[in-house]
Amino acid sequence: MKIPERILLAHGAGGRLSHELIEGVFLPAFSNPELESLDDAAILPELPPGRLAMTTDGHVVDPPTYPGGDLGSLSVNGTVNDLVMVGADPLYLSWALILEEGLEGEKLRQHVESARRAAEEAGVTIVAGDTKTVPRGRGDGIYAVSAGIGVVPEGRRVSDRRIEAGDAILLTGTAADHGATIMALRHGLEGPGLHSDCAPLNHLIGELWKGGIDIHAMHDPTRGGIATTCNEAASRSSLRFLLSAQAIPIAPGVYAVCEILGLDELYLASEGRALIFLPGNQSEAALEILHAHPQGRDAASIGVVLPAEAGHAPVELETLSGSLRPLDMLSGMDLPRIC
Amino acid sequence: MCLAIPMRLEERDEFSGRVSLDGVSRQISLMLFPEAEVGQWLLVHAGYAISAIDEQQAEETLALLSEYAGEMMEL
Amino acid sequence: MRTRDPFSDSEAVRGLAREIAREAEELEARLTIMEVCGSHTHAIARAGLRSLLPEKIRLISGPGCPVCVTPVDWLDHAIALVERGDVILSSFGDLMRVPSSRRTLEEIRSEGAPVEILYSPRDALKLARSRPEKKIVFLAVGFETTAPTIAAALVEAEAEGLENFLILPGNKTMPEPMRLIAGDPEIAVDAFLLPGHVSVITGSDAFEFLARDYGLPGIVAGFAPTDVLRAVLEIIAQGKHGEAKIVNAYGRVVTREGNQAARKILDEVFVASPARWRGLGEIPASGLDLRPELAHRNAALLPVELPEPIEPPGCRCGEVLKGMIDPPECPLFGAPCIPERPVGACMVSSEGSCAAWYRHERWRNMESGR
Repeated sequence: MKIPERILLAHGAGGRLSHELIEGVFLPAFSNPELESLDDAAILPELPPGRLAMTTDGHVVDPPTYPGGDLGSLSVNGTVNDLVMVGADPLYLSWALILEEGLEGEKLRQHVESARRAAEEAGVTIVAGDTKTVPRGRGDGIYAVSAGIGVVPEGRRVSDRRIEAGDAILLTGTAADHGATIMALRHGLEGPGLHSDCAPLNHLIGELWKGGIDIHAMHDPTRGGIATTCNEAASRSSLRFLLSAQAIPIAPGVYAVCEILGLDELYLASEGRALIFLPGNQSEAALEILHAHPQGRDAASIGVVLPAEAGHAPVELETLSGSLRPLDMLSGMDLPRIC
Repeated sequence: MCLAIPMRLEERDEFSGRVSLDGVSRQISLMLFPEAEVGQWLLVHAGYAISAIDEQQAEETLALLSEYAGEMMEL
Repeated sequence: MRTRDPFSDSEAVRGLAREIAREAEELEARLTIMEVCGSHTHAIARAGLRSLLPEKIRLISGPGCPVCVTPVDWLDHAIALVERGDVILSSFGDLMRVPSSRRTLEEIRSEGAPVEILYSPRDALKLARSRPEKKIVFLAVGFETTAPTIAAALVEAEAEGLENFLILPGNKTMPEPMRLIAGDPEIAVDAFLLPGHVSVITGSDAFEFLARDYGLPGIVAGFAPTDVLRAVLEIIAQGKHGEAKIVNAYGRVVTREGNQAARKILDEVFVASPARWRGLGEIPASGLDLRPELAHRNAALLPVELPEPIEPPGCRCGEVLKGMIDPPECPLFGAPCIPERPVGACMVSSEGSCAAWYRHERWRNMESGR
């Protein structure tokens, strides 16, 4: 079966062309018995014991392909990571695409291939899918929507309500690589050090569970970055987070992009990092485990949780000059600034 | 206004050049600072070089700062 | 790990802060220092410098944020241009959320209007080459630092015969509003922190008038924490000795005469004209208009229908810009005027006085941490 040169509206209409697309592009990539039945819904084997977790996520990214990833891998990893962040082991995903008429078939194939690879790396199965098309000019090439289910095994309780004063805040790698890479690409900057950190987090976090670490809460700092994610968690836990600028690992290229475009690295997205809140006395053990895993080499303890205090913002950064700077939520989009 | 960042000039032709910082590079215009030399640190604003960093002046400032810091500082 | 900028060194910052605290003790009265560069506002807030300074030093923000001083009807004009249908607006990201009489650029973009966010005016030339059927209008804001980059793009477009690149002139120059502030008896400014990157172009001599005509000290300062603190220290020293001098403390990029090539291009393209400043009103010779021979590049001359401008009622941006009140003294500050839904322009840009205050200072005066 061959790959169409360009996507036509009819590829999403459910007729012969839709079938050709399924059989030519999707089935070869995601072969598994659940999907291959081609029924209206996938019937899953019995799940392991535990509570069921479910999530869904829509994905748009401009440009859709960038160093270190593309929409295909992002839409799989994003959903996998959302499950991991609540303590679940991710198992099954659905994956739907909205394609703009005229999209090159080869580009579609590349996104499908990287979604396949991402699913394989994460060890999840894509059991359901769908494709719709929109007329040319009514979409932006390709959008993806994914949903996922996973199981939270007995004994894991991950919630912002468990964060307490004395907890340490760990970041599993350098900050803002994904966001800085995208912004750099949009504004004519390039460099060998710029690539998205997009990756599944289940293996890395799985090591912490295996090591007996009592993770209180976890978040992947995607949109809005570390600052926004910390604000959300701080407001849910009614505590104060103090981060250290010195301790936050930042790749030199990412820092340069932020300087040049007037962006703040603490507000840019990561797509393969986790912020982990855990008891302060387990911080070193957790870092040792993270450092031993290829994805966690740059992990660092970047802050502490304190009781709320009058006169202080819920999230503060100790700057390089030693002063305290309140970190607000991101307001609006983060736009490059020249002024 | 006026975010301007020091970046190093890697190569140039008559009117434009490529500058870099920490391995991140961009094409910029040299129209506003035509005397720029390859290897020089330039001050870059909105895609244009507007000045070069005077290294001697920078060293002098750092020498002064070293007194406040109580440690030697260098570029 | 993070690249270390020696000019942000924490030990040097602490050392300077200690020295400032010591020196300030000998001051008889409180010193009010006005910065007139949005990047200083931003840098001071970002590095948390106010928290390191003694009570006797008061840092206030003047009209140094170019999007903050851009009047409502200029933005109305930009929006009217895009409504013509044959125009693509191109703009620095800073302008996107500035309120006009009706809507922001961000809002009209969400409704489908073509508005491109660019890092460089040169990127607008690229856009013009790729879209020959449209007029690419660059929204020309910014002070002396930015104006030459826009002038250079115009010169390049002229040389290349790229006919569909136009600008909406809105650039402004710094010295004239500073004269206004320095000469206003109601405004109590003791010294100026002079804009480092404006000075790269104009040269530090352009600010000699402050000392000569108004007896006020002015220090040309860079944007690293130590640059700002060194300038504060110099101002205290002058204050103690009753001196008023213009000092260039940013010698690594600023000279006395400035950037001659840039000034020449500025002169070729622009001519000084009266300009309206949000909050300050019309100031003679404080704007940069296109020279008549470049009228074909002037998007302000394209026919458009302009609405009656509506200034937000109750907004005290003008007094904030003159340093007469601190942002929280405006009745709109914090409710309803917040960075997500700015009423006045000072709440828009991260370097606007109100936005910087909202983000960085508002917690200090609050009863509880939330």
